[in-house]
Parts: sequence; C-alpha cells; structure tokens
Amino acid sequence: MQNSLDPAAPLLEVRGISKSFGAVRALQEVDFTLRAGEIHALLGENGAGKSTLIKGVTGVFPRDAGIVRIGGEEIAPRSAKAAVAAGFATVYQEVNLLPNLSVAQNLFLDRQPMRFGIVRQGEMRRRAKALLADFGLDIDVAAPLGSYSVAVQHVTAIARAVDLSARVLILDEPTASLDRHEVEILFGIMRQLAKRGIGIVFVSHFLDQVYEISDRITVLRNGRLVGERETASLPRLDLIRMMLGRELAETTGARASAGEHKVRDICASFENYGKSGYVAPFNLELRHGEVVGLAGLLGSGRTETARLVFGAERADSGQARVEGAPVRLQSPRDGVRHGFGYCPEERKTEGIVAELTVRENIVLALQAKRGLHRPLSRREQDEIARRYVKMLDIRPTDPERPVGLLSGGNQQKVLLARWLATSPRLLVLDEPTRGIDVGAHAEIIRLIRELCDDGLSLLVISSELDEIVTYSDRVVVLRDRAHVEELAGEAIEVGNILAAIAADGAAAAHEVHP
Amino acid sequence: MKGLPPVLITAVVLIAGFVLCAVQFPNIASTRVVGNLLTDSAFLGIVATGMTFVIISGGIDLSVGSVIGFTTVFVALAIERWGMPPLVAFVAILALSAAFGAAMGTVIHVFDLPPFIVTLAGMFLARGASFLLSTESVPITAPIYSTVSDFAVRMPGGGRLTAIAIIMLVIVIGGALLLQLTRFGANVYALGGSRATASLMGVAVGKMTVKIYMLSSLLAGIAGIVFSFYTSAGYSLSAVGVELDTIAAVVIGGTLLTGGQGSVIGTFLGVLIQGLIQTYINFDGTLSSWWTKIATGILLFAFIALQQGLVALARRPRTKSLGAAT
Ligand SMILES: Nc1ncnc2c1ncn2[C@@H]1O[C@H](COP(=O)(O)OP(=O)(O)OP(=O)(O)O)[C@@H](O)[C@H]1O
Ligand SMILES: [Mg+2]
Repeated sequence: MQNSLDPAAPLLEVRGISKSFGAVRALQEVDFTLRAGEIHALLGENGAGKSTLIKGVTGVFPRDAGIVRIGGEEIAPRSAKAAVAAGFATVYQEVNLLPNLSVAQNLFLDRQPMRFGIVRQGEMRRRAKALLADFGLDIDVAAPLGSYSVAVQHVTAIARAVDLSARVLILDEPTASLDRHEVEILFGIMRQLAKRGIGIVFVSHFLDQVYEISDRITVLRNGRLVGERETASLPRLDLIRMMLGRELAETTGARASAGEHKVRDICASFENYGKSGYVAPFNLELRHGEVVGLAGLLGSGRTETARLVFGAERADSGQARVEGAPVRLQSPRDGVRHGFGYCPEERKTEGIVAELTVRENIVLALQAKRGLHRPLSRREQDEIARRYVKMLDIRPTDPERPVGLLSGGNQQKVLLARWLATSPRLLVLDEPTRGIDVGAHAEIIRLIRELCDDGLSLLVISSELDEIVTYSDRVVVLRDRAHVEELAGEAIEVGNILAAIAADGAAAAHEVHP
Repeated sequence: MKGLPPVLITAVVLIAGFVLCAVQFPNIASTRVVGNLLTDSAFLGIVATGMTFVIISGGIDLSVGSVIGFTTVFVALAIERWGMPPLVAFVAILALSAAFGAAMGTVIHVFDLPPFIVTLAGMFLARGASFLLSTESVPITAPIYSTVSDFAVRMPGGGRLTAIAIIMLVIVIGGALLLQLTRFGANVYALGGSRATASLMGVAVGKMTVKIYMLSSLLAGIAGIVFSFYTSAGYSLSAVGVELDTIAAVVIGGTLLTGGQGSVIGTFLGVLIQGLIQTYINFDGTLSSWWTKIATGILLFAFIALQQGLVALARRPRTKSLGAAT
C-alpha cells in the first residue's frame, strides 16, 4: 500500500483511551494506530470493546481518558458532526439510517447540494444514483429507504460514509447483512479508497473476510489491547488465541454425533407445502432431536421456507402436521401455539426491546405464550434469566442491565435465549451465528447439538456451509425458491452441497460463504 | 417524505364536505363565505403551520394557545397602557415568544425531557403570565387596527380577502417551502425518523430542537397578533384550548402524530375542514357550536384509524421484500 502522507506520522493515533459505563470498564488504556492507505481489522469477542472504541474516538460519547490524533493533530470531537469535520466517516454497528426519508435524502442528509438556500433535488438524486451505481445498486432513490431490504439499507449507509471522502473510514461490522456478491463490491471499493491514502478500520467476525481484505489486525479482549499484528504473518489459530485468550475447542471437522441418534418420532411434517410465487411446494419432515439444515444462495427460498413453516406467511397449498395431527398455520401466533419458535435474521433490528432489561427480554416470548393472565413470578423470571445468561455466556452477566447497553453480539444471544426459554418443540434459526464471535460461535453450535439431544427439533438456515455440515442430520438444498435436494448421513459434505446449489451453473457457487 | 396519500384523502374530504354543504346551503359556494372562512381560520392556520414542524420532528407543543393569549394581552397593554407604538410592540412580543420557544427547546434537549411535559409547563407559565398582566379584556383602539381590519383585496363575487387571511396564506406557503425545499426541512423529518440516528448521521439535533420550538412559538406569537386584529382586544382567556384544535388540524392533515411524516399543505387543509364545519353550523343556525368539536373529534378519530391502516399497509411490502432478499 502506498502512502500519500508522511509514513512516519500515522494517520490516526489513539493513545490510552479508557471508558467505563458505571461499573463496566469497557475500555482500559487502549492504543490504536492506523496508517494512511491501510485496511486495519479491529477484532475481538462480543463485548470486547470494539464498538466502544469507535464511538469513543468519534465522539459519540465522551471518553474518560486518552488522546486521539489525526494527521498528528490532537482532536476531541463532541458529536458525530464534529467527527465528520475532523475527517472521520463512520458506519456504526447499529447501522441506522432513516427509513422515513428517501434514499437520496439519507445519502445526503445535512450535506445536500444547495442553491440559494434551497436543496437541489434533481442534482441530489442524480448524485445519489451515481453513488449507488458504484455499489452495483440501481434503485429508485426517491423512494423511502424503509421500503427496501436490510441489505440495501446497509449498502446505502456504507455509500454515505464512503462519499464523505473522509481521511479515516470506519466500518463496524459492515458485512453482517450483505451477501457474498455485495461483499465483493464493498471490498473492491475499500481497496480503491485505501490506494487513495484513506485509512480504513474494519470490524468483522468473519475471519475469512479479515484475511482477505486487511493489512493489519488489532485485537481487543475485555476492553484491553491484546496486540497489533501484520495480517500476513499471523496464523489464524494464533489470531483466535489472541481473541479468546485460550484455545478454541475444535468444532469444525467431523460431524460429532449425527447418525448415532436413534430414529425418533416425527415432530412436524409438511406435505406438498408451498405458496405460489413464494416457495414451490415442498415435503419436509422434522423429527425430534434432529437438526435439518437449509442451504442455498441468498434469495433461493431459505428464509421463505422458514417463514412458511413458522406461519409468518400463509401457505396456499399442502398440509402441515404437528405430532401427526393436521394443523393450520395462519399466523406467527399459530406457530407459537404449536410450540414453534423463530429467530429471524434481522433480529438485530426486529426483535430486541432496547429499554427492557436482559431478563425482561428473555422472558418476553414465554410470557406471551402463557398469556397475560398467568404472569411469571419474579423468582421464575430471575431463574430463567440466570440460566440462559450462563448457558449462552451472555456478558456482562447482570440480568438487570438494559439490553440496549449490551454489545451487538450479546444482544443476539439474548434473542436466542428468548426463544429457547419457551421450550419450543421446533425452533427455526435464521443465520444463528451472524455477528457472533468465534468463541460464542462454537458454543452455539455445541448448544444446538445439546438441545437436540433433549428432543428439540431444529431447522437452521446458514450460509456457513462448514457449520451446516457440522451440526445437521439432514441438509435440504434450495435453488430458485424450490427444494432441489436432500442430503443425509455420509452425503452431507460441503462439496455435495455446493454441487447441488450450483447444479445449473457453476457461477453461482461463489455466492455462499465457503 | 411522502405525505401525499393522506394529504389527498384530506383534500377529498374537504372537497366532498364543501360540496355537501353547498348542496344544502347554495350560498356557501361564494367567495364571500370562502373569504370569511379564511379570515376566521387565519390564526389557527398560522399556529398549525408551526405545530406541523414540531409534530413531524417527533415532538408536540402544548403551549401555543397560551402564547396566543399572552400575546393578545401584551399587545393590548403595550399599545393602550404603556404607550408603545404598535409596530414596536409587535417586534417586542415576537422576540419574547421566540425566546420562550427557544427556552423550551433548550430544556427539552439539554435535560432530555419529554416535549409533552416541558410544553405543558410552558402552557401554564404563559397562561399564568397573561393573568398577571391583566385579568380583564383590554380593547385596542389604535388606528392601525382599524386600518388593517378595513384592508382587504376584493375577490370576484364580492368576497373579501382580508389582511390577516393574506398573512396566513403567506405563512402557510412559506412554511410549506421551508419544510419541503430546505436542509432545515429535511432535518425536521430526520429528527422525526429517529433522534439518535439523525445525531449519528451528523444532524445537530440540539440546535434543530431549539429552532423548531422557536419557530412554533414565533408563529404562535404572530397568530396572537393576528388574533388581536381579529378581536380588536387583548384578553388573558383568549385561545384557551387552541393547542388541541391545532393538533387536530395537523393530524387531520395527514401528519403522523409519532413524527417523521406529514406536510404543511395537509395541515392547511385540516384547518379549512374545521373552518368549514364551523361555517356549516353558522349557516344552519340551530346547531350548537359545540358540534364543531364533536365533528372534529369524529374526523380525528377517522384519520388516526386511517393512518394506522396506511402504516400497516406500508409495512407489508417491506417484510415481503426482506423475505425475498434472503
Ligand atoms: N452505552 C453503554 N452503556 C453501558 N454499557 C455499555 C454501553 N455500550 C457498551 N457497553 C458495554 O461495554 C462493553 C463493550 O461493548 P462493545 O459494544 O464495545 O462490544 P463489541 O466489541 O463491539 O462487541 P460486538 O462484537 O458484540 O459488537 C460491553 O460489555 C457492553 O455491555
Ligand atoms: Mg460492536
């Protein structure tokens, strides 16, 4: 990477930054150095302090100690606006644009092209269109942002930050809701920007992506700096050890115990189940104690299948049965009544009630299932909350903390706990490990297996084929909104899944995280 | 951004209402009646323009009625008792009300208090202050008052477009342009979408909050002056409850009470609908004027139900497209 600035003076220097939230010491004397023209990955477990570091540096909240220098000059922005003026462009983890404004207004909010005090709407739309075209997006920029998918909203947020043409670009988990193709485009743009001498901070839990894009890695653990390394000279296992402070229990590799299960009863079955224009009719049997993986490209009908199974979408053909008895699944309520649970992919934006405590969030679905006339006693609530905080290793462990104050990954664990607490017979998990760090990743996979041993039936959607192979007893492969293949036993292999996905065109294979 | 569909519905309700009234009382369809309607609604149109900004930004301003009351008393006393030239009195009261709004905005932002509470306090404060000034009605006899009252543009058909109606129209148009065309306007919508997000996107949320409440109080001050022209008097009990009529007009005009969506034009139509109901009752002659409130209440209810329906509809395709994206 070439340097347009004096290579001796780093572009961004953070020295001794500390931040406490009450008793939680989220950052303790952390140093961070970003050179011009480099892509620097900031890594660590959930709750390690990555987002806090970013927010402390960009002045979203005041820091307790520490200095920040940009281009050798000390700065202390007190708001996101001041940070922009100082040369930062940031996409915060909780992305957040404004769904009620048009895409163009979102891209140019507070910096619209003006003439005589009037926003030049036409010019703004033209620029918005050109900007999004760089990201391979061709959409109506005058439409409200909220009418587009989460992925489009995410790309819009990134495009906005990129267009600020700042000296430092910070992306906090930008790829969590993007598909492989969008990630490629983003990486292309990041490389271009780095060439121009912009320093980029990249936070992600996808280690493949980290190795693909970053020049250097800084690792945080429990709010402290563990170290800074060159990506090229840091083996993956060493990186994981730095992040966890211990070895990772081996999870990938041979499928643990699948196949040894004794065949159990059918928990739920779907015959010729489908909805025209949504998912082609399919047959699906889910047995107690079994994990069925759904694999396929984005848009292949995985989430659609999950929504039909749960009742979030009404089927227009076929018959569903629970424990052999025919049932009608017209709404999520029906799903919950029959003991189904569904953890959607956009749980970050959809499920969490930020003002409520961890305990309240965890018991929410259980309480709803029991009905309001049978309230859970405080003792029961405490007990349930404590159990899941322990089981999922939710940190900090205080169940009385508002969920909004937890790190992003820990918020996701709380949502998972919410559904587990309802003791469902069938749980549908859409991308259960997104945004969750490597350590917790392994925990969740182990947990999935354990739950199944207790008789729970699981339907898991994942783009991580390695993972699907690890825990599934059967894998259903989807393509073009139809179930095209079902693999079981020895046939469950990454290669076979890819072959099924790509059966009508090898080009498609690269869209799945390998 | 798009306040359109609800606005269209408001427009249809207004036109349909007007046609119905005109069928029963053909005289209503004259520029004379329309001119009077505009004159009678002038002060409401002005405050409601300010309230539209506040509500779209996700807030509420309960103090406007009291600010109008205070303004009428202040103006009357300043001119009649303290011997101030009317124009000086106007400038003074406008500065005072703008400062009052700015103070409320500051408190809301700095102490992170709900606007409802802060402006409720503002409402009692302003009303109390006007009682301190004077408890009785003070007639205003300054010549400028008769000049302004006599001024009117003749419309074809014999109707009069009075000075205060013109002031209202100018403010409504100015407000609509400010909201739709400027950066300030876009930021108002942004605040209504989410304060936290707007702040992360670089909007100076604090300054915006102060400015928005300042604008609302300033317009309430202007409405107060217009009200004093309308009644040629200052009275501490004037415009009691006007904040509620104002909010009703804004909501009937298609602005989302939770913020983020709406338009000044819609609000203007909402004001006209209320004026039309009042006109109908005047024509009928047998109905109590309280029917205005009842009719407004029913309309308000209908519009809130309608908006909920629209919001639900707007959500639907969204979940679909989310599903399709995966
Ligand atoms: N506003 C806040 N108030 C109180 N505690 C907070 C707040 N924000 C973060 N924390 C705490 O600070 C710690 C660090 O959180 P942070 O969000 O920086 O983690 P992270 O490394 O970004 O994790 P993730 O990968 O899950 O996003 C966590 O323990 C979190 O609970
Ligand atoms: Mg984070």
